[in-house]
Amino acid sequence: MMQDTRIRADVLVCGGTACSASGSQEVMKRLREEIAKKGLSEEINVVKTGCHGFCENGPLVIVYPEGTFYVRVKPEDVPEIVEEHLYKGRVVERLLYHEPTTGKSIPTYKEIDFYKKQKRVVLSKCGAINPEKIEEYIALGGYEALGKVLTTMTPEQVIEEVKKSGLRGRGGAGFPTGMKWQFAHGAKGDKKYIICNADEGDPGAFMDRSVLEGDPHAVLEGMAIGAYAIGADEAYMYVRAEYPLAIKRLEIAIDQAEKMGLLGNNIFGSGFNLKIHIKKGAGAFVCGEETALMASIEGRRGMPRPRPPFPANSGLWGKPTNINNVETWANVPQIILKGADWFRSMGTEKSTGTKVFALTGKINHTGLAEVPMGITMREIIFDIGGGIPNGKKFKAVQIGGPSGGCLPESMLDTPVDYDSLTKVGAMMGSGGLVVMDETTCMVDVAKFFLNFTQSESCGKCTPCREGTKRMLEILNRITSGQGTETDLVVLEDLAKTIKVSALCGLGQTAPNPVLSTLKYFRDEYEAHIKEKRCPAGACEKLAQYFITEDCKGCGLCARNCPVHAITGEPKKRHVIDQTMCIKCGTCMQNCPFKAITKK
Amino acid sequence: MKTVADLKALREKLQAEMQVRSDSGTKVVVGMGTCGIAAGAREVMAALLDEIAKRKLQDVHVEQTGCIGMCEKEVLVDVIRPGEDRITYGKVKPSDAAKIIGDHVVNGKIVQELVVGRIERQKK
Repeated sequence: MMQDTRIRADVLVCGGTACSASGSQEVMKRLREEIAKKGLSEEINVVKTGCHGFCENGPLVIVYPEGTFYVRVKPEDVPEIVEEHLYKGRVVERLLYHEPTTGKSIPTYKEIDFYKKQKRVVLSKCGAINPEKIEEYIALGGYEALGKVLTTMTPEQVIEEVKKSGLRGRGGAGFPTGMKWQFAHGAKGDKKYIICNADEGDPGAFMDRSVLEGDPHAVLEGMAIGAYAIGADEAYMYVRAEYPLAIKRLEIAIDQAEKMGLLGNNIFGSGFNLKIHIKKGAGAFVCGEETALMASIEGRRGMPRPRPPFPANSGLWGKPTNINNVETWANVPQIILKGADWFRSMGTEKSTGTKVFALTGKINHTGLAEVPMGITMREIIFDIGGGIPNGKKFKAVQIGGPSGGCLPESMLDTPVDYDSLTKVGAMMGSGGLVVMDETTCMVDVAKFFLNFTQSESCGKCTPCREGTKRMLEILNRITSGQGTETDLVVLEDLAKTIKVSALCGLGQTAPNPVLSTLKYFRDEYEAHIKEKRCPAGACEKLAQYFITEDCKGCGLCARNCPVHAITGEPKKRHVIDQTMCIKCGTCMQNCPFKAITKK
Repeated sequence: MKTVADLKALREKLQAEMQVRSDSGTKVVVGMGTCGIAAGAREVMAALLDEIAKRKLQDVHVEQTGCIGMCEKEVLVDVIRPGEDRITYGKVKPSDAAKIIGDHVVNGKIVQELVVGRIERQKK
């Protein structure tokens, strides 16, 4: 204990997947070495934390008590941080975050715009604690909600509190969590199960991974509370195997919680038992669908089945089962501790609380942002996300992954809540936001997402298996200049049919990216079909290459053209024969004078 | 762990270890410019940390700062208790640490003979 209070500074190093990939482990090693070299080991702690969400600027290093926030720290910067900051108390100005618009350096966490406008509830401990030490979670009030539930509340009271909070499923569909628990609670059966759906598969989404990596105990505690509420004594954490760090931290977390008696048998002397298993998923997108997920846990092929019966009545191995997503579970302990009214005070009437979004694509601050529901898309993208890089213009934001839709500039003031988003043709989804600028072709985007769902379709029902394939063929035709006006009609017709006839959520929502781009960007489809032109210049096959007046007639392009489509006399401007050109772009790459343009 | 009371007791014990990451409490700032270090700032800081550890004080942060231009008066130590003026002590020696912590940080009694400056609290 003496040793501990002598510590005057904690140096937090982000150990999330993104920061680790950009070298944070090496930074941490160097920090320990340099601190030891200076004889400061007795007074300074180096702590590995989970994700801070500011991934674009990683590796992140934060020095407390001052709260100094260093970005993009490289191992070779470490001696300077130790010598200047930790030894002499002088902040290393050049490593601070500099605001992109003003160039001003911002010394601490709280003053950065990216964080200032967020409301971090689920992410409150991510980056603030060492996720591999249960002690740090407990120090911030961890497992007190479980203690409160087990010793002072009946399962019915727990369900009532969650219902009152208005919490809705954060995995996408937004079903009221308390109601779901009620169903499983009321189902008859001596054996019940709890499942955490951590099969995060939307392209560009990494919220759940970061929560599991940064604050695994919050999810475990939430699951334990849910298990008590519905009467389950066994739980499964279904995590995709592509998340090795999340799995490792969960294993550590479960082990530590069991050793402390916070999971396992007779928790807090209440007679309540819970065993949590980890099940690694093989990464099939359809396994995020609850019935397919359960099939996968049972060891069968991951395919959905028709509902009803719903999992609440007949789920895992035919027993009543309650499935919620990672972020939903992580909200539960705080609702119990701070109360439903506190939770309702954030967000809108029908969408309470906060939501974590993963910002990716053409946006300055790639990372995680947690905001109160009801905030506008514009605030998320421009105020928190820092807008579009390289002075480009915003074109669209894709929200809700392959099941969601693309919203144009005119829809940016839509409040972000379950119902408003569905109304405009997108959906909350799990929270992936992919931002696109003017160089993105919307037909190509629709094709990308459809290609994804098409290859992830499990093949069980015809509308999804055959329908998405036909749709993809049409999109391929359109983007290669072969589309006809009938194609557009058929495309729309197919989309609407699949939406109502597919078996599971994957198929029912697969046409959304096409439908929403047709709704807001129909002119782009028409340009591809009628003018054989891609307005964004992204569709290779519709591109045309031209040689400009800057041509010096060196002949390099002609020599490299694989189909001999370029002709011209030496030292004179060359010409490309558009009928022969295969749009491979080789000429452009080889031109030393930048005299070839693409239109 | 058997009861909720056990958990609460453990939490209180563990909280102390994470205190350094909270922004509440009293701040003790040591001048660590070249001048400060040459005058023995490292030793003063070590003495301050020892004293804080000895008294098991939890709500006290020790921070460092660079040279503030009063090099002749180094080692400089500032004490800022929440809601009170910032008091600057000059020519602090390791042997003064116990008095600064005991009298000022713990009991709020300024050690007058060492004071070289006072900055009024910023009104919010």
